[in-house]
Amino acid sequence: MSEFWQAISVNFDKIVNWIPVLLKSTGTTLLLTLCSVSAGLVVSVFLALGKMSKLKILSKLCSAYIFFFRGTPLLMQLFVVYYGLPYMGITIDSKFFAAFLAYAMNSSAYLAEIIRAAIQSIDKGQLEAAKSLGMSYPMAMRLIIIPQSIRRLIPPIGNEFIMIVKDTALVSSIALVELSGKTKDIMIASSSPLVFVPALAIYLLITGVFTFILNRLEKRFSVYE
Amino acid sequence: MENTKAPMIQTVNVCKNFGSLEVLKNVSLTVEQGEVVCIIGPSGSGKSTYLRSLNHLEKITSGKIYIEGTLLDDREHGVNKVKLPKEEKNQLLLKMGMVFQRFHLFPHKTVLDNVTIAPINVKKIPKSQAEQIARDLIKRVGLSEKVDVYPSKLSGGQQQRVAIARALAMQPEIMLFDEPTSALDPELVGEVLAVMKQLAKDGMTMFVVTHEMSFAREVADKVVFMYEGEVAEIGTPTEIFDNPKHEKLKQFLNKID
Repeated sequence: MSEFWQAISVNFDKIVNWIPVLLKSTGTTLLLTLCSVSAGLVVSVFLALGKMSKLKILSKLCSAYIFFFRGTPLLMQLFVVYYGLPYMGITIDSKFFAAFLAYAMNSSAYLAEIIRAAIQSIDKGQLEAAKSLGMSYPMAMRLIIIPQSIRRLIPPIGNEFIMIVKDTALVSSIALVELSGKTKDIMIASSSPLVFVPALAIYLLITGVFTFILNRLEKRFSVYE
Repeated sequence: MENTKAPMIQTVNVCKNFGSLEVLKNVSLTVEQGEVVCIIGPSGSGKSTYLRSLNHLEKITSGKIYIEGTLLDDREHGVNKVKLPKEEKNQLLLKMGMVFQRFHLFPHKTVLDNVTIAPINVKKIPKSQAEQIARDLIKRVGLSEKVDVYPSKLSGGQQQRVAIARALAMQPEIMLFDEPTSALDPELVGEVLAVMKQLAKDGMTMFVVTHEMSFAREVADKVVFMYEGEVAEIGTPTEIFDNPKHEKLKQFLNKID
C-alpha cells in the first residue's frame, strides 16, 4: 500500500496534467447519459402505459420491445444501430447519435418496467376513489396515480442512471471517445495504470452529485408522507 | 322535476358470479328519494359487492339497475344491453357519491385539494368557486382548521369525514357508504356517524352497508339483511331488530350483541 502512495506522490504532476484531458472526455460521458436517460424516460412512460393497456396488440408490442431490449446485451444493440442499420438503408453518420439511439432505447425498456411496477404498486382504492368521483381512466392516471408513483420511481431511476453512466464505457467499441476510452489510451501511452486514480475519482464525483440531487428530489416529493 | 317520485335507485334481479361462485343472487331492492337504507349481514354476504355494482366499481353478471327511473344496466352474461351515450352514462353515475371503508383520500393532495380536485377537473367548475364550496363542506364535517394539511396528518375519523366532504362536493343525489366506520378505532366511530346522521337529517338519500346496528336502528328508514348473496329480510328497524323472522338474522343479531 505504501508503494501505491509513493507512486502517486512521485507522479503527482503527471496525474494533475491528465485531469483536464480526462475531463474533456467526461463531457461525452455526461452528455450521452443525460440525453439517453431523458429520452428514455419520455419513451418509457408510453411503453409502460402501453404494456398495461387493455388493447391486446398495443400491450403485446410494448412487451416485445421491452423483452428485446432487456434480453440482449447493450453492446450488441450498439453494434446493431451503428453497423447493422446501414445494411437496412439507414446510415447514422454521427457516432454520438448512434450511441444515443441505442442507449435511449435500452434505458427506455428498463425504465418502462420501473414505471409499470411503481404505478401498479399504488393502492387500487385510489383508482376506485377517482372513478367514483367521475374521473376517466386517463384523468385518474394523470391527476392521481402518476403523481403518487413519482416518489417511488426516484430510487430505481437513480440506479438506472448510474448504470448508464458506467455503461457509456462501451461506446469506445465504436471508436467514440469518452472517459473510460481516454483512460485506457493514457494508460497505454504512459505505460502506467496510475491514470485510473483520477478517472475513478471523476466517475465517483458524477454519481455522487447525481445521488445527492436524487435524494433531495425524493425528499421534496415526500412532503405529504 | 316531474319524476321526483321515481325511486332513487332500483335494482331488479341483480346477480353476480365470480367464476362459479354466486356472490349476488337476484337482489331486488329499492331506495326511495330521501330514504336512508342500511344493509347489514355477515361478512361475505355480498353487501359491499352489491353496493359497488351500483356505481360500476363491480360489473354485475345479470339484472337491471335503474337510477332515478333511468335504466343504467340491463345485463345478461355480463353484457350490458343498455347503450347509453357516454356523457349520459357519466351523468347517471355522478348522481352517486361513494365513501369507502378505507377512505382512499388522495395522499399527495391537501384536504382542500382532495375536495376540489373532482369538481375542478370533472365538472369544470372554476377553481375559486370550487374552493368556496369545498370550504363550506369541510366546515360542515367540522375540519375547517385542517384545510391545508395532508391526509397522513389526520386521524382515521378525520380522514373519513374529509372523504365524505369530497364525495359531497360532486353534489350527488345519493350517497353510498361502504362500511364507513369498519376501519376506524372504536373511539373515532362516533364522529363519523355524527356527520352521517346530520347528512340524513338534511334529507340526503343514503345507502349504507354497515356493522353499526345502533346507527341502523336510529337513522335507517329501512334495513336490509343480506345472507349468502340474497336479500333474506327487509323491514323497518323495529321489525328487523325487535322482531326478526329469518333464522339467520336471529343468529346474526345474537352474535353481535
